[in-house]
Amino acid sequence: MARIGVFICHCGENISATVDVGKVAEAAARIPGVAHSVDYKYMCSDPGQQMVQNAIREKNLTGVVVAACSPRMHEPTFRRACAAAGLNPFLCEMANIREHCSWVHEKGDATTEKAIDIVRTLVAKVKKNKALQPIKVPVTKVAMVIGGGIAGIQASLDIANAGHRVILVEREPSIGGHMSQLSETFPTLDCSQCILTPRMVEVAQHANITLHTYSELESLEGFIGNFKARIRKKARSLDEKLCTGCGLCAQKCPTRRIASEFDAGLGLRPAIYVPFPQAVPNKPVIDREHCTYYLKGKCRLCEKVCPTQAIRFDQEDEIVEVDVGAVVLATGFDIKHSDFFPEYGYGKHKDVIDGLQFERLASASGPTLGEMRRPSDGKVPETVVFVACAGSRDPAKGIEYCSKICCMYTAKHAMLYKHKVHHGKPYVFYMDIRAGGKMYEEFVRRAMEEDGVQYVRGRVSRIFERNGKLVVKGADTLLGARPMEIEADMVVLATAGVAQAGAEELAQKLHVSYDAHKFYAEAHPKLRPVETNTAGIFLAGACQAPKDIPESVAQASGAAAKVAALFSQAELVREPLIAVVDRQAPPLYSSCVGCFLCQSACPYQAIEKEEIRGRDGQLLKTVAKVNPGLCQGCGTCVAFCRTKSIDIQGFSHEQVHAEVLALLNRGDRDA
Amino acid sequence: MPDFEPKIVAFVCNWCTYAGADLTGTSRMKYSPQVSIIRFPCTGRIDFMLLLKAFASGADGIIVSGCHPNDCHYSSGNFHARRRWIIFRGLLDFLGIDVRRVQFSWYGRWGRSRATSACAAWA
Ligand SMILES: Cc1cc2nc3c(=O)[nH]c(=O)nc-3n(C[C@H](O)[C@H](O)[C@H](O)COP(=O)(O)OP(=O)(O)OC[C@H]3O[C@@H](n4cnc5c(N)ncnc54)[C@H](O)[C@@H]3O)c2cc1C
Ligand code: SF4
Repeated sequence: MARIGVFICHCGENISATVDVGKVAEAAARIPGVAHSVDYKYMCSDPGQQMVQNAIREKNLTGVVVAACSPRMHEPTFRRACAAAGLNPFLCEMANIREHCSWVHEKGDATTEKAIDIVRTLVAKVKKNKALQPIKVPVTKVAMVIGGGIAGIQASLDIANAGHRVILVEREPSIGGHMSQLSETFPTLDCSQCILTPRMVEVAQHANITLHTYSELESLEGFIGNFKARIRKKARSLDEKLCTGCGLCAQKCPTRRIASEFDAGLGLRPAIYVPFPQAVPNKPVIDREHCTYYLKGKCRLCEKVCPTQAIRFDQEDEIVEVDVGAVVLATGFDIKHSDFFPEYGYGKHKDVIDGLQFERLASASGPTLGEMRRPSDGKVPETVVFVACAGSRDPAKGIEYCSKICCMYTAKHAMLYKHKVHHGKPYVFYMDIRAGGKMYEEFVRRAMEEDGVQYVRGRVSRIFERNGKLVVKGADTLLGARPMEIEADMVVLATAGVAQAGAEELAQKLHVSYDAHKFYAEAHPKLRPVETNTAGIFLAGACQAPKDIPESVAQASGAAAKVAALFSQAELVREPLIAVVDRQAPPLYSSCVGCFLCQSACPYQAIEKEEIRGRDGQLLKTVAKVNPGLCQGCGTCVAFCRTKSIDIQGFSHEQVHAEVLALLNRGDRDA
Repeated sequence: MPDFEPKIVAFVCNWCTYAGADLTGTSRMKYSPQVSIIRFPCTGRIDFMLLLKAFASGADGIIVSGCHPNDCHYSSGNFHARRRWIIFRGLLDFLGIDVRRVQFSWYGRWGRSRATSACAAWA
């Protein structure tokens, strides 16, 4: 006979404000099989947990239901408490009467009744729970970091320095990400390349780091501690071992008028190229979409000039297979470009540029060698308008969020411009200035007060050309919405930060969740910011949301610490919520009829064939068997099985049936 | 029937919809207390005979909800559920149960507000 204990939490007022907890406790006490029912202010507190443990011992409970918050919050707490009192932790269930009841309904009888329904449902379930033993699995102590921007670099170095092997996968020909494109960085104005490139070199030289550039993840299978990754190394058309990085090929390549990605389209590069001088690795790739040989079948000039015969026109993509125990996602972000804005000319005015293009204009390694010259005619712009929040915080554009970094880099841009063109007139149109951060507000003040940047509060409604000038129309909302018109030589749009191209496809390969804007979702918005919902996959940097460098680095170190903690265990303990096949005594042995529908449905290839043999060795039956190391507990096989021979522990047929019946059977509540 | 209070059972997956329902709570959005949630690991786990059992036991409406296509935590469980649902509709029709009493839907982790309004429209 079941002896279930029910523990109802007030959660301070979070539950008791809308649910009559006393009434729930009384009703629970009347449910058949319930031996104990109490309510208490904070069940998760020490005295609360003590109440559960005492009741288990004193009343000899066979199961526990804690009616409180979501199991996603405190299930581990109460399962541990039960285990400490000698009750198998899998005989404890949580009835979610907070997130699914008290918080989403108004105070009233219906809400209290629903709470009672939920408790009754979980009591019915826990009666069918079975004592289970956790599963132990080994851990492969190798991490894969995807994305080699500053976040991926930091995470790789931290994990490698903790003594573990790292495989860093970067899509572009070089690591570095957006930070390598920046000129100087707020709030200190130190040179971006100068602080980044030592880290890039360290990655290249670190004995624990294997770098795959110009590579992408092809697929990922497995689970925490035991992933199998396939990496596609795209053909560089080069034997990297022979190439010395002399650069002769790029000098001689006749196909030279290709817009440089690194210079955000403002500069040109040849078909065989290294994206920037400090690239890691310093080895070129041939851009097959533009190379004359691949297009027309003639040229091969680079092959002729190469002193080490390193060019390989017939090279094919290579697939590398690796076993890894953890994954850090650090694929970063992108920005909208000026063609996103019809009101600012759809990108047809050459001198309306985006923030990254400005970074390249201001950079000593950029197309103007750091001189402030506008793209259309190379003239020094005398008046420059910076438009903050271009596209961000604008539901009409589908981007409701604040891109977070632009207030700061706009102040930086206006400052850098003024430092280069002393007599120039910089204007900033803004909505609010968001400068929360150490030394950030002071930085913006410095732009206004020391560098004389004119800040105008208001949105820019239109930009058009008139007599060789860009007319910027807006309104100054601090002066009673007075219309304003500025004749500018160049306009810089601080465009919205958006998810990286391909972010969604990658998330689907990894089975991690993402938000409506395709930024990767953290497991808990406050308490688990560097984990995803998929165990063993962590987040770092701007792939989670727009972020600046200090924040990206901090999160990367956080993710690395999580990986190191995971790798400090010899074995992982996994919840045994997996499928099992029915086995019974002879002559039946198992109700499985060997149709193996489950095998075709299983996404993890966890179903194996088991031969049951008699004493004399003759084959009696072939039935399904679950490999507990591979099974992830999705239960798809359960719904497929026609003889109901496969079942899933923790969500068994018995359990869910009992739940449905209890939920709908209002009878025993009224009794 | 102005005072008809339908009893609605939501069969949800643990990853997208259950988490989404938690977030709805955390954000204090409101929906009708007539909707109760039963947790499954994945919509792929849901044996549709359970839906019949629920109707037979007095459920007025059923919501089956999991992750968006391609976003399934277990890669393909939601597709299996969808295929099963397509066949199951025919059976419901045959049994004389209005197929509109079952709502089959995909809700992302943050998309619960849509689920809420779906419930509201129902109740
Ligand atoms: C105009 C502008 C100015 C800025 N100025 C400053 C500043 O002054 N100070 C400051 O603190 N911050 C500044 N920032 C913000 C800064 O750029 C970011 O904080 C930083 O780049 C985030 O680093 P990350 O590694 O997360 O992403 P990223 O720099 O975007 O790096 C991501 C990397 O992942 C790679 N990748 C993407 N997808 C894949 C894939 N599928 N497979 C493999 N690899 C992939 C990319 O190629 C890239 O190398 C500025 C941003 C902009 C747009
Ligand atoms: S073969 Fe291609 S990459 Fe080499 S020199 Fe000719 S155009 Fe340039």
